[in-house]
Amino acid sequence: MDATLSNFSEQVARARATGRPLVVRGGGTRLFYGSPLPPEDSFDWLDMSGYSGVVHYEPTELVLTARAGTPLAEIETLLASRGQMLAFEPPRFGPADTFGGCVATGLSGPRRMASGPLSDFVLGCRLLNADGKVLHFGGEVMKNVAGYDVSRLLAGSLGALGPLLEISIKVAPRPRCEATCMLDLDEQSALAACLDWRAKPIPVSATAWMTDPNGAGGRLSVRLSGNESAVRDGMSAIGGERLAEADAGAFWRNLRDQTHDAFRARPLWRVTLPAGAPPLAQGTLLDEWGGSLRWLDGATDAAALRARVRAMGGFACLYRRDGIPDEVPTFDPLAPALLEIHQRLKREFDPDAIFNRGRTYPEF
Amino acid sequence: MDALPAVNEHRGGTPDLAAFMDQVRRDVPAHCILTGADQTRAYECDGLPLYRELPRLVFLPENEAQVVAVLKACRDHRVPVVPRGAGTGLSGGAMPHAEGAVVSLAKLNRILRLDPRRCTAVVGPGVRNLAISEAAAAYGLYYAPDPSSQIACSIGGNVAENAGGVHCLKYGQTVHNVLRVRVVTIDGEIVELGSEAPDAPGLNLLQAFIGSEGMLGLATEVTVRLIPRPRSARVVMASFPSVELAGEAVTRIIADGIIPAGLELMDRRAVNMVEPFVHADYDLDAEAILLCESDGTPEEVAEEIVRVEALMREVGATRLQVSASEEERLKFWAGRKNAFPAAGRISPDFYCMDGTIPRRHLGAVLGEIADMERQFGMRCSNVFHAGDGNLHPLILYDANRPGEVERAEAFGAAILELCIRMGGTITGEHGVGIEKINQMCAQFTREELDAFSAVKRAFDPHGLLNPLKVIPTLARCAEHGKMHVHRGEMPFPDLPRF
Repeated sequence: MDATLSNFSEQVARARATGRPLVVRGGGTRLFYGSPLPPEDSFDWLDMSGYSGVVHYEPTELVLTARAGTPLAEIETLLASRGQMLAFEPPRFGPADTFGGCVATGLSGPRRMASGPLSDFVLGCRLLNADGKVLHFGGEVMKNVAGYDVSRLLAGSLGALGPLLEISIKVAPRPRCEATCMLDLDEQSALAACLDWRAKPIPVSATAWMTDPNGAGGRLSVRLSGNESAVRDGMSAIGGERLAEADAGAFWRNLRDQTHDAFRARPLWRVTLPAGAPPLAQGTLLDEWGGSLRWLDGATDAAALRARVRAMGGFACLYRRDGIPDEVPTFDPLAPALLEIHQRLKREFDPDAIFNRGRTYPEF
Repeated sequence: MDALPAVNEHRGGTPDLAAFMDQVRRDVPAHCILTGADQTRAYECDGLPLYRELPRLVFLPENEAQVVAVLKACRDHRVPVVPRGAGTGLSGGAMPHAEGAVVSLAKLNRILRLDPRRCTAVVGPGVRNLAISEAAAAYGLYYAPDPSSQIACSIGGNVAENAGGVHCLKYGQTVHNVLRVRVVTIDGEIVELGSEAPDAPGLNLLQAFIGSEGMLGLATEVTVRLIPRPRSARVVMASFPSVELAGEAVTRIIADGIIPAGLELMDRRAVNMVEPFVHADYDLDAEAILLCESDGTPEEVAEEIVRVEALMREVGATRLQVSASEEERLKFWAGRKNAFPAAGRISPDFYCMDGTIPRRHLGAVLGEIADMERQFGMRCSNVFHAGDGNLHPLILYDANRPGEVERAEAFGAAILELCIRMGGTITGEHGVGIEKINQMCAQFTREELDAFSAVKRAFDPHGLLNPLKVIPTLARCAEHGKMHVHRGEMPFPDLPRF
């Protein structure tokens, strides 16, 4: 076993022997996400950042395998050199971002509405289990149904079942052409337009609706991706004013990386809803994914917001909690039968609860 | 987790079926219960008739409450239960348990809601795959995964197996097209996995449930994503003088940034097997035929076809034909889609395998399979989902000749182990079921198999749901003489990888 892996195994054995839990970290850029960290002196870090490197990249088979500590930027640069990308457009929070952190948090960016979520692209992984052993699930092939899909179970698991050591991911070609149109629309009209395009073969790859700083109804930006003729046809179907290429690039990067002003609000709520849900009329800063993702400002009455969103079939995540007490849960509570399955899974994979205890739900 | 016994073996002896039946009959009407062998015979196997077992009982619940009642009774009386969809599975996943019950979800066959604006459909597990697309057609929408059995197979079975089809590379498998599953657990609890809203909180149980082969719970409702039907689709049919060159054409197409809607390869034997059956005008002299479908706007399709044709010519395609009409497109596909029935016409029996390999090893794998034909004294033709590396060798045999069944099974096992050695997997879309359970010992370590058992226990602590499938016991692996072989180093370390 590799020396770094042996160190990880020793740390796991020590944690189990002493009962002092571990919190897994890569570059530390996504630690804000999830339930608040326990007090600093109550746990040890399991630092994956040293376990780095692209293990295998096969552009013509659309697969890349890299260790968890590999900088996300290194992977995206490598993919770009072959005209490829991570289709789910993960946010970048800084140069310290790691691939493992990206997969463990499961956050997808603007293109998710067209590509599907991060977990759709996970093909395989290596997991360090509570016995310090390395387990391998899935692989590097697109289709694989041997055994349960543990790799996808771990995507977005926030380390609750153990640390990811290595991930194989499906990559995608960059679109040949992209264009962004802007339309002046209020929220309701913007949501209706997005719903209308959804059922048509128009290659919409991202949408963003925001209130207009000038006080008008608001502005919807729509990105189209595909080959030249499909984008051209899409633009004539959608209409509006075309944004210059450089400005469009910067605009979608700001949304992807959450550096846009809309993400400055504290607390910041991340609400997801079924397609076609009406406006929330409550501190909405930004609608993405055709209206299925809404960023909300200020709501401090968490219970009221959650009840409202739940009635609409959605979920409210306290994404940036600054100022909200730790007792307010980050994620919506799970139904009792579902929570029980989660707790049993946790006990099976991590019987002494040493990995990222309470990072998803206080109960595990 | 390795301290606990594997739960996948049902323990506890013969259940008390009389008491069990008393409980079930309180909630389930008599016409939904089959008991005698004359009635249950039809359920003794699925689409893989090599594996048969007569069930003690078959239940055909008509609603979710009856599913709950049956599962609670199974839990209370420790009766093993095997879920069943349309029975078209190809890995024996629905083979009954000798001491247990089969629960067929065929009667839950209603499309509960089709929402053309949101592009979703909520359907019962017994709804046929194709019926969803048929219902959505009026709105210009369809359900993308299209396993070859789509006229018969049910969405519940598709969820259990994570079914694929010939359009997976671009549109994904079942796991990419299902948003939500409503599940009854063995305890009779109802849980919702996933949601129509993105990013449901908690662990990603939805995608772990999809492909779990009926071992974690029974789906009673499935919400699928519908997508707009492309305005146009055309197929390029190309002949190649070798399978390696056909594989190279696929590599070039993907390197050029094209993700075709379909990308299928047939070897010479497969082409010669299907042509007399479908009259698709296939090139009988080609060593391999590649079908490459483009879809989108007519202009988009035209542009892509030009690029695909140029790339194929560069690689050495000897004959190129582009479908000129929808009728011709379907004709080109007919041979590929009818490969299995065609095999049934030229051979008394055939055995369809389902390995996946990294595509760059295609030439080597087909070469080794050709050697195996000589070794086992049987013919094998190959169809290949070239875009995603999923290989379907069809082993032709005659069950009436002594020893041929065993030889066909040994041939199949050898192919699967070859796929593992090449860095692939023993099943791409048909599932492990009972058929490939021995090869699981070769693909996974004991600790990895224990992790599968751990997932199983979290959903089904008593090990009653579809027992004896997918996860082999330690004893079984020891008996089969398989030790996990390939872990720790890459197979074929001398092959260039970048």
